[in-house]
Amino acid sequence: MSASSWAWLALLLPLLGSIVVSLGFRTIPARVAGIVGTAAIGLAFVCAIGALASLLGEDADARHHASSLWTYAGAAGLDIKLGIYVDQLSVFMLLVVTGVSTLIHLYSFGYMQSDEGYHRFFSYLNFFVFSMLLLVLAGNFALLIVGWAFVGFASYALISFWYRRTTATRAGMKAFVINVVGDIGLVLAAFLIFRELGSFEYGAVFAQAPHVFARGEWTVTAICLLLLVGAFAKSAQIPFHTWLPDAMEGPTPVSSLIHAATMVTAGVYLIARTHVLFYLAPTAADIGAFVGLATLLVAGTIALTMTDLKRAIAYSTMSQIGYMVMGVSIGAYAQGLFHLMTHAFFKALLFMTAGSIISAMANRQDIDRMSGFWKAMRFTSLMFVIGGLALAAFPLTSGFFSKDSILAYAGARGGMYAWMAIGGYVGAFLTALYTFRLIFRVLPGKPCEEAQHLIDTGELYHGPAINPANEELEDADVGFPGAHHHIAEQSRPMALAMAVLSVGALFAGLIQVPGVDNVLFGFLDPAFADVPLSAIHPSVGEEWRGLAIGAAISLAGIGLAWILWVRRPELPGLLRERLRPAYLLFVNKWYFDEAIDFLVVRPALAIGRFANSIFERLVVDGLVSGTRETVEGAGGIVRVVQSGFVRSYALLLIAGFAGLALYFLLSSS
Amino acid sequence: MSIEWYIVLSSLLFATGAMGILIRRSPVVILLCLELMLNAGNLALVAFSRMVGNQQGQIFALVVMVVAACEVVVGLGLIVAIFRRKLPLDVDELRELRG
Amino acid sequence: MEAVLFFLAAIGALGGAIGVVAMRNPFYSVLALIVHLFSLAVLFLLLSSAFIAAAQVVVYAGAVMVLYVFVVAYVGGEESAWEPIPGQQLIAPLLGIAIFIELAVAVLSSSLLALGTDGPDVKPGFGDPAAIGHLLLERFLVPFEASSILLLLAAVGAIVLAGRQAVGGAPGAGSPGAPREREPGDPAPGAPTTGAPVR
Repeated sequence: MSASSWAWLALLLPLLGSIVVSLGFRTIPARVAGIVGTAAIGLAFVCAIGALASLLGEDADARHHASSLWTYAGAAGLDIKLGIYVDQLSVFMLLVVTGVSTLIHLYSFGYMQSDEGYHRFFSYLNFFVFSMLLLVLAGNFALLIVGWAFVGFASYALISFWYRRTTATRAGMKAFVINVVGDIGLVLAAFLIFRELGSFEYGAVFAQAPHVFARGEWTVTAICLLLLVGAFAKSAQIPFHTWLPDAMEGPTPVSSLIHAATMVTAGVYLIARTHVLFYLAPTAADIGAFVGLATLLVAGTIALTMTDLKRAIAYSTMSQIGYMVMGVSIGAYAQGLFHLMTHAFFKALLFMTAGSIISAMANRQDIDRMSGFWKAMRFTSLMFVIGGLALAAFPLTSGFFSKDSILAYAGARGGMYAWMAIGGYVGAFLTALYTFRLIFRVLPGKPCEEAQHLIDTGELYHGPAINPANEELEDADVGFPGAHHHIAEQSRPMALAMAVLSVGALFAGLIQVPGVDNVLFGFLDPAFADVPLSAIHPSVGEEWRGLAIGAAISLAGIGLAWILWVRRPELPGLLRERLRPAYLLFVNKWYFDEAIDFLVVRPALAIGRFANSIFERLVVDGLVSGTRETVEGAGGIVRVVQSGFVRSYALLLIAGFAGLALYFLLSSS
Repeated sequence: MSIEWYIVLSSLLFATGAMGILIRRSPVVILLCLELMLNAGNLALVAFSRMVGNQQGQIFALVVMVVAACEVVVGLGLIVAIFRRKLPLDVDELRELRG
Repeated sequence: MEAVLFFLAAIGALGGAIGVVAMRNPFYSVLALIVHLFSLAVLFLLLSSAFIAAAQVVVYAGAVMVLYVFVVAYVGGEESAWEPIPGQQLIAPLLGIAIFIELAVAVLSSSLLALGTDGPDVKPGFGDPAAIGHLLLERFLVPFEASSILLLLAAVGAIVLAGRQAVGGAPGAGSPGAPREREPGDPAPGAPTTGAPVR
């Protein structure tokens, strides 16, 4: 079977899974629904491997195919096909998405078991995977937009999954609205592309673009800036990032899948896919790189102060995506994608362990209340440490190789980008610091009440059902979230998923050790060969130098975290007091939410109020009521004729006749 | 006498009937004035029939008579019904059919 | 001779018409109409329409007027002769006069030259029943049948309208809808003058 056929199959299976689970939500028992959902994605992963195998069987230069089912719109100069584009980049994304999704489905199989919305969850999750695959496989901008929008919807549906919580629904709406802002950018970019290049198809666009645009021309810069808006909104980069921390209202598997491994990487994929255009618009590319760098640093600082476990990991995601965005903006396409893959592994793993810990804490997410889980949940803690090591780029873990490959490239490109690399190293230090802050706060020490309960009885602590975001009591009878929680130690599927991911987090970097093997870049580079940037390669020596620096920084960060939170636990409090303004800035998330509220939300509400009270009342109602009153008035005037007097009618008759006769007499004389 | 005379007489009778309808209040008298108008029409028809030379106008006048008879029957039935219900026999009082 | 008869008949017709309009007592109006109808019959005779003249006398003056006489005797009433709708007091007579003038002008200044003649010479059997009968049964059969149906309808309608409501055997007492109650909202029973037979 050709790669395209495998890809179509991989695209179809999650959709089928979603439909089957959603239609059978009353008839199919819960476990079967979970199996169906997981199997659908698992089979899609098998198809992805098939696509990879078939692609590898071809020449390195010929590994790109466009395949279309039918033409969706073929008039007035439009030619939009329902088609996919299979090349190294899309197959890579296909593998990552389906692989990690399978494991997360497996994890959800156990984690969501006592939730009333089990079927709905799997249906939405499958639909999400379908939309993400549509996004990465789309062969033209129109289908890309469709996949983009579907993914936004799936994200909304899953964030507000526990829709009885107003915090969840509000977070879902916030995510959706900010995503729509990005959609606008993407759609406008697509329009401009069509106007300038006459087609939506990738093949045509990327072949034509270098001939139509001069490098640095304003049209292509505008297109790329609009694409960046879309990418930033989807990937939670500044200033469109405020939705991501709130998105942690969704169940943990959702955070793990969508807001760590897949959806937020869609922006990175977009920039990588349109690299031809970005090469032609260096200004836009530089802006992308700066924003990625800024997000990297800002999110790192915020993560240092967060006390909500999931939120801290969310900011970490934001920061790592900043690396990826920076990478693909400066030309490190394969490197950025490498980091995307390893990040998917260790971030999904981290979220899974966070889910396990939160379950043990009876749904509380505040790390101030957590301690001593090393003694209570050995397996989960081990997974946490592995994920944390990978995130902190501890030597020889996957994150180590991937993160430093980006920074090495930046250094090799030279000039301003070398300064960006330095910023990246600062970010790496912050990453190690905040990651191990979490680990050293939660794992060592005297077990907290919930952990002690687990150690003593082997049962999970049962607390009152509360909303972790605002600590208010919830009605547990609703059924979602369920009253029962599940930890990895007690749930085989969860443990299995985490174990597989931990293997990936530890060893996935070994496929791309500088000077030793070149598996990934060898595979991906030809996809970017049409742009000279991808020919820049740091020498092996430079790479190892970068790795050494990265290792040193990572160990320094871990060491500092050890000191601050294990050896001298009074220090963080003192630092907080000494650097109070900085602390306030970080803990208030750099006041972005407040700024957006002031600049955007309030004017919009004011306009709405004005429209409602003045415009609606005077103009619209005036027009409508005015028309009505005019008609009624006219009717009232005409009604006078119907007086009821027979002789009046007779008079009118006779008068009419007399008038007619007069007219005819006069006209014939 | 030339035909003109008859036609002018017919129009005079017609106008008289029309004015009678507008002036009188009792439904009976209004019906009588209606008869006047119909007969004026009959006169004109017969005169024209004489002028043309065939009897078609007379047939027409005959049918007009039939119609007038029917209309009188129904109208008088109405008047009797009104009178039976003790309603005022006055066209200005019977005016509920209004907008 | 013909002119004299014409003027006599014309005066009779006109007088009858004015009598209908101007008499206060409706019974007198009916009588005036009978005079008018007879005069019209004479005029028909002058126009060589014998059958129509006879029909006028027999049907119109005979049957229809008898109906009127019965009803007026039942209903009665007496009112002033000048009762237009207030507000139309000026325009009503004006319109009447206007109609007459217009029609007269139309006729007199018509370019239909035959109007000024006595008509063509006709055979003696011009207005005879035979001639009318021929036409009725040959050329105008459908109008003939239709008008007989119309008569039937009118008769049934009249019976339905005026059927008796109380116990009794008035013709067609079993007609549908015979009992008639006073509808709510009927104007209060006006005061028709008593149903005493009119003098």
